[in-house]
Formats: sequence, C-alpha cells, structure tokens
Amino acid sequence: MSQAVLDVAADERLAGRSPLRRLAGRPEVGALLGAAALFVFFALVADSFLQAASLSTVLYASSTFGIMAVSVALLMIGGEFDLSAGVMVTTAALLSAMLSYQLTLNVWAGVAISLALTLGLGLLNGVLYVRTRLPSFIVTLATFFMLAGANLGVTKLVTGNVATDSVRDMDGFASARAVFAADLDVGGVQVNVTVLWWLLFTAVATWILLRTRAGNWIFACGGNPQAARAVGVPVDRVRIALFMGVAFTAWFSGMHLLFAYGTVQSGEGVGNEFSYIICAVIGGCLLTGGYGSAIGAAIGAFIFGMTNKGIVYAEWDPDWFKFFLGAMLLLATVVNLVVRRRAELSR
Amino acid sequence: MKRMAGAVPRAAAVAAAMALALGGCSGSGGKKAEQDAEAGVAGPRLKIAMITHSGPGDTFWDIVQKGAKAAAAKDNVEFLYSADPDGGKQAQLVQTAIDQKVDGIIVTLAKPDALKDVLARARAANIPVVSINSGADRSAALGAVAHFGQDETIAGEAAGEQLEKIGATKAVCVIHEQGNVGHEARCAGAEKTFGGRMENLYVQGTNMPQVKSSITAKLQSDPGIDGILTLGAPFAATAVDSVEQTGSSAKVGTFDLNKDLIASVRNGSIWFAVDQQPYLQGYLAVDELWLLKTNGNVIGGGRPVLTGPAIVTKDNADTVAPFADRGTR
Repeated sequence: MSQAVLDVAADERLAGRSPLRRLAGRPEVGALLGAAALFVFFALVADSFLQAASLSTVLYASSTFGIMAVSVALLMIGGEFDLSAGVMVTTAALLSAMLSYQLTLNVWAGVAISLALTLGLGLLNGVLYVRTRLPSFIVTLATFFMLAGANLGVTKLVTGNVATDSVRDMDGFASARAVFAADLDVGGVQVNVTVLWWLLFTAVATWILLRTRAGNWIFACGGNPQAARAVGVPVDRVRIALFMGVAFTAWFSGMHLLFAYGTVQSGEGVGNEFSYIICAVIGGCLLTGGYGSAIGAAIGAFIFGMTNKGIVYAEWDPDWFKFFLGAMLLLATVVNLVVRRRAELSR
Repeated sequence: MKRMAGAVPRAAAVAAAMALALGGCSGSGGKKAEQDAEAGVAGPRLKIAMITHSGPGDTFWDIVQKGAKAAAAKDNVEFLYSADPDGGKQAQLVQTAIDQKVDGIIVTLAKPDALKDVLARARAANIPVVSINSGADRSAALGAVAHFGQDETIAGEAAGEQLEKIGATKAVCVIHEQGNVGHEARCAGAEKTFGGRMENLYVQGTNMPQVKSSITAKLQSDPGIDGILTLGAPFAATAVDSVEQTGSSAKVGTFDLNKDLIASVRNGSIWFAVDQQPYLQGYLAVDELWLLKTNGNVIGGGRPVLTGPAIVTKDNADTVAPFADRGTR
C-alpha cells in the first residue's frame, strides 16, 4: 500500500506543478515576455511611442495582421498552412466592390455575396486538400496563383482597368464603413474598429480551442491525425472547417480594405500570407502543428505591428528598416523559444 | 530562256496590276497606298512585343498598355504584352519575343544589367529595340534606338517645386517599393528643389493598412510635418486619410494619376499630381517602331524623349478629368 503511494508520487505525469510553472508552459508566455521587452524598448528609444494616438496606430497595424493571424493560427494548430490567405483578402474585397458597382446593388448585397463566395474558396481549399491528400502547402500554393491571376484577369475583364471603381458614394457604404472600418472615439483618441474585432475574434478562437470539443479535435488533428481518426475525430471535416475559418477572416479583412479605402487594386495582398504565418509562429504556434494558441497569435501580431511602427516612431534610418524588422522578430522569437524550453525542462 | 520565261508573267502581272488598279484593288503602290499610309494602315502587319518589369494589377502599367494598344490598332500592329518584376525572368521573356521573331521589342530598363545580354541577341537578330519608362541613361548603350520616359530626377525636381509652391517646410517622401532606383531618384530630385527638410519613409505597397498606419505613425512622431509626397496615386488617397485621422496640417502631393485622384485634386484634398503620362510611353514606343520600319524615323534622334512631368493641379484638373475617367491619363 505504502509502496503504491510512493509509485504514484514518483510518476512525473502526476506530479503537482506550481501555478507559475503551469503558466510558463503556455505557448503564449514567451511571446508575452518578448512583447513586453519590445514595448519597453520602444518606449525608451522613441519619444512619441507612448502617446495614446501612437499606441492606437500600433494597435491598428497589429489588428490588420491579427485578424488573419487568429484563423491562420487555428489552421496551423490543426497541422496545415494556407498560402492563399494573402490574396484571398484582395479577392474578397474585389468581389464585393465589383458586384456592388457593376450590378448597382446596395453594397451590403455585395458584402453578403462576397462572404458566400469567399467561404466557398475556403471550402475549395479544404476539399482539394482532403481529396487529393497533397500537402496543404501545394494545394494552397496552387490556389494562391489562381486567385492572384483571377484577381487581375477578372477585374480587368469586368472594369476595363486593374483597380475597381470607387464604391464610396453607393448606398450602404456609410453603414458598412461603420462596421468594418469605423474610427471610434475612445477618450479623445481615434481607435479603429478593427482593433475590437481583432480582440473579439481572438476571444472566440480561444474559447473554441480551450472550452469546446472542436478545440480538442483541432489539437488532435495537428498532433497526430492517425490517432485522432482512430478515436473518432472527424479529421477531414475539422480541416475543411479550419480552411473556411481562414476564408472567413480573409473576407472580413477584405471588407475592411474596401470600406477603409474605397477602391482596391487587384495586385495587392501578395506576400501578406507570410506575415500572418510569422505572427502565429512568434506567438508560439509550432510549424509542425498540434501546439499553439489564439492569444499567442494575437500577441505575435502585436509584436509584428509594434516593430513595424516602432521603427518609424524611433526615426531610424529607413534604409535599414527591413534589417531592424528582422532583428526584432528574431529577438522576440528567441525569447519565446528560451522561455518555452525552460518551461518544458522544469516540468 | 529563263529570262524570256520570266518576262511573260511579268508583263502579265503588270497588266493585271493595271487592271486591278483600275478596279481600285492594287496590292501595292498607287494612290490607295498613299492614302493608306496617311491613314496609318499601310505596309505588312507588324508584330511588336512589350516586356516590362511591372508587377501584376498595377494601374500605371495598365495605362501604358492602353497607349500601346491604341497605337497598335492605328498602325496595324499585333501587340504582345508580358511582364515580370524579376530582372532575370524579364530577360527570359525578351528571349521568347526574339524566338517569336517579332518585328520590334519594347522593354523597360529597371534592371538594365539583367537585360544586357538578351538585348545584344535581339540586335544580332536584327530586331529593333525601344526602351520606355526607366533606364534612360543606359538605353543607347544597350542598343535601343529610342527611349521614352520620364527623367525621374527632373520629375522629382518638379514635385519639389510644387511642394515649395504650396508652402510646405518639412516633408515626407513615401517610397512604396524599397530598393526601386527610380523611386529613390524621385525623392532625391524633390529634395533638391524643395527648400525645406525632407525625409524618406518606406512602406509596404502591397498592403494598404500598413501604408496607412506607417504614414499615420510618421505624422504622429513628428507633428511638424506639413508636406507629404507619395509616388503613386493610390498611396496619395491613403495619405489623405492619415492626415485627416491625425488632424495634421500636412498637404499631400503625388506622382501619377487615376480617376479617383483627379476627384481629390478637384476637391482640394490633394494639391498636385506629377503625371509622367504613361499612355504616351506605350503609344510612342509602338509608333516609333512602326515609323522606323515604314519610314526610317527615330523620334528624338537617339536621345531620350521625355513624356513628363505634366503637372495637374486644381487649375487644370477639369480638362484632364475625362481622360482619367476612361483610364488613359
């Protein structure tokens, strides 16, 4: 009997962990420390960084990455990539702009049709992936090229130009702008509504991951799909849903693009898919899947946005801009890594 | 014998030609040919390829193509267009045009060294080359017969003068493609003629929220900024948004035009636009190759021909507006 008690105590899986250590084991803690370090750093070197208006600008920049990073992180936790995420944003915006303008619809009709079509694109990515069993890298690379080509080809076919006609003066623009791109007055500071949407999306994704069965399925799919399938997780359906989640945020980001700027150039969006993935990775998502968090992706986006804008506030020589950006990202990711390793070792 | 045999068909051909001429259907020569030449449809159908360094979906290059297509339609030219921002790939596209045995090649020389060898091959194949847009200083050395473009430094100087005119004292030059030689030259030119202080700001041109937040950040970090110069029309509109949001007093001016921009110039939110008239670059390049083939002309006599800068302000915006509306200015 006493021997059994001893055995249990010796089993490290059942050993009690202090709350601090449990916290250190969370994927986003390293990123949080990195973010705090960067924040203090920029507050010290850039005079205007701590102004409320400046922080609002940083949050806006972070939110436009962060909204996409949420769904991209979920997809990565589920073990997959979506390289079409960047141009899909442009596709959604173009669809909405052209449908509204060419058919002279209320812009909300364009917004709704665009939602349906963009979700369709996510479905297409998911179904192609599940059916062909090709790596998602290849499948979404193919859709990336097709969308980039269609963005340009269709726009030119429909409008005769490579940018869409302005929808600024159409019915519904004002209300759509209020939803997707409003500047809210918070204590005298203009805060873009995308910041609130970003927080909301992050909260919803966190709830899904940590509190629902779907969340467990996502972790299981990314960790070990064969085992997940063996215990009855609908792996294919989960992955299709994750691709559609990316499509949903792409649609949302596209609507922001359209209603904040009035017109869309068809060549935009290329390259942004990597920014989203970078945000998720800085935030603690593993490139191999099965590990990560939505809050981490949000912090990753904050680091990315903060670095991006902090360099401007610090008024550093712009010739070195990308170097600084790379160095900051490396720093943040290394802090993240060190913290996680320590947490794993001390278990 | 052979001569005799040749003489009879020749006489018959002459007779036939006369008959055809009487009937108004001569295949060559005569009044009809002269009229055709005037109308610009004489001579064999030419095939001309344009290969630029443009990324896809850029409004500017769309206008260049529209100019080229207008000239091609008028000159009875089959016009082919391709583009790749990567210098090496652009060179490969030029090679494919040589392989297709086109009658003339139009290239941009944004990366002149990448195109050096392939342009030598074009010369060896007796295909005349015309350069447009960028690379005026390297054009002749690389064997191009003519160059049509805006001198970036001169255009920059014109922009600097405009900034000075609208009373700016501290300005930002927004570069949306880091490492683009032409962009740097524009900002450097503007700095030269602009009396005040000028700084460059680099933004990611393919991500509009990033462009906006960077300009906003710049205005917030330095409230003394009272002038913004952007290098492309869509970025000017975004700069205006940033100015409104931050409550800054900065006045916005820009390079390049489109129809939304004209509206902003008319309502006063954008103070000036420096137009390099991309339509002309496409149009003149095709016309030059046609003139070279049909009449031996070289526009500009081998020296670069400037297509800009043309300045658009509130004063002349109304006259330019209809052209911008149809996407040709």
